[in-house]
Amino acid sequence: MTDTTLTDTGRTPDVVDYPTPRDPRCPFAQPANVLATTEADQMARARIWDGSTPWLVTKYADQHALLTDPRLSIDERREGYPHMTRGRSVSAQHTPRLITNTDAPEHTQLRRVVNLPFTVKRVEAMRPRLQELVDGLLDEMLAGPRPVDLVQAFALPVPTIVITEMLGMDYGNREDFQHASHVLVSHDATPEESAAAGAVLGGHVAAAMEAKMAEPADDVMSELAARVKAGEMTMRGALSMSTAILIAGHETSASMISLGTLALLQNPDQLEYFRSIVDDPKAVAAAVEELLRYLSIVHTGVRRIANEDIQVGADVIRKDEGLVLDVAAANWDPAQFPEPDRLDLTRSARSHHAFGYGAHQCLGQTLARVELQVAFRALVSRVPDLRLAIPAEDVDFAYEGVAYGLHSLPVTW
Amino acid sequence: MSDETVTGTHRIELDEPKCVAAGQCVMVAPEVFDQRDEDGVAVVLDETPAAELLDDVREAVAVCPAAALRLVAL
Repeated sequence: MTDTTLTDTGRTPDVVDYPTPRDPRCPFAQPANVLATTEADQMARARIWDGSTPWLVTKYADQHALLTDPRLSIDERREGYPHMTRGRSVSAQHTPRLITNTDAPEHTQLRRVVNLPFTVKRVEAMRPRLQELVDGLLDEMLAGPRPVDLVQAFALPVPTIVITEMLGMDYGNREDFQHASHVLVSHDATPEESAAAGAVLGGHVAAAMEAKMAEPADDVMSELAARVKAGEMTMRGALSMSTAILIAGHETSASMISLGTLALLQNPDQLEYFRSIVDDPKAVAAAVEELLRYLSIVHTGVRRIANEDIQVGADVIRKDEGLVLDVAAANWDPAQFPEPDRLDLTRSARSHHAFGYGAHQCLGQTLARVELQVAFRALVSRVPDLRLAIPAEDVDFAYEGVAYGLHSLPVTW
Repeated sequence: MSDETVTGTHRIELDEPKCVAAGQCVMVAPEVFDQRDEDGVAVVLDETPAAELLDDVREAVAVCPAAALRLVAL
């Protein structure tokens, strides 16, 4: 396609500082200046950490089309790629080829190699173990002192235990996993801090992989080890993938559990509704989709770069320009989700972009969904008078990461 | 069999090379889709699903992250 077929109005797009801090009165909402762009006539640009101004895509319909458009690339090594942080811009140049930085057809091949543990059948088979684990943590919490920090007692242990068991890593090292993961997804971490955290995680992962190569067990790292032995995967790729699964597998789910609990406590009618549907798996699943949409914890967008000129409405994205696709804003686009600021567990929210969209949509989304279904169902039915132990305005939000969450959530019952 | 259960008004087309095996179709319409054991790639169990399954199939088509599914009227 040549430039002459594209129409550019030549206007100067609005520029939004990105990320802009949230309004503390609306802790679950993207800031007003970002949300306003979902209803603007044309796209805005985001001014990011390095002063560059990639396009800011916030309309749901634009995102839905662009995230399946093969003219966009996720090759983060390219000049002009809009990195999340300075640290990411440095590490991107020597990250091995992974599902997170390759386009089709290479991406499709890589994804199919790592996808098996996350198929619907395999994840559904984990449901009884998840139930047992969640019940055990709640037994312990209910027998202990009040108030308790729900993050430490429940929200963080659930996904950390699940992902370490799934990979075949030692839960005893959880403090290292949790701390290093937190640093690696933080926008505030320096490249040095990120490198140190990466080394700690890398050490644990390499030791575990060595053990699995020698003595395979029934877990994901053993499967990856077998793929390395079969020549289907490089050792470096297997280690990077294990590390990525470990990082992505717990902080995000932990944030969803703690934020979801807070959102339900602040919307008593919705909490009451959730209690009334705990025996209806379809309604529970739909409620979790709405929590995923409403909270949209990945709050600083997913990033791409254009391979060629692309017309979007009245704008033209030029070849080699970067894009920030803010999935949280798109999930609050009133054209797709009417009254988006209302938590409505009965709404049809499944088409949300909380896990992203397109070929790079979250690998672990089925696992996350099942974890959240089991966790919320157990929490609301087993702790009927759950309530905040501090004033709502004192809840300590954590906005510094790729996904936002809570530092702590003191609750009682 | 009532009119609502007559099959064959629509056909599902899967563009297999595009499939990224996210399993969304299986979650939305487990009666119609499955995933291959060896790599998780989608399998269409019923290419011409009954009318009462079409809403679920339309949702599966809409949420497919790889845009690998189409539902065409026969």
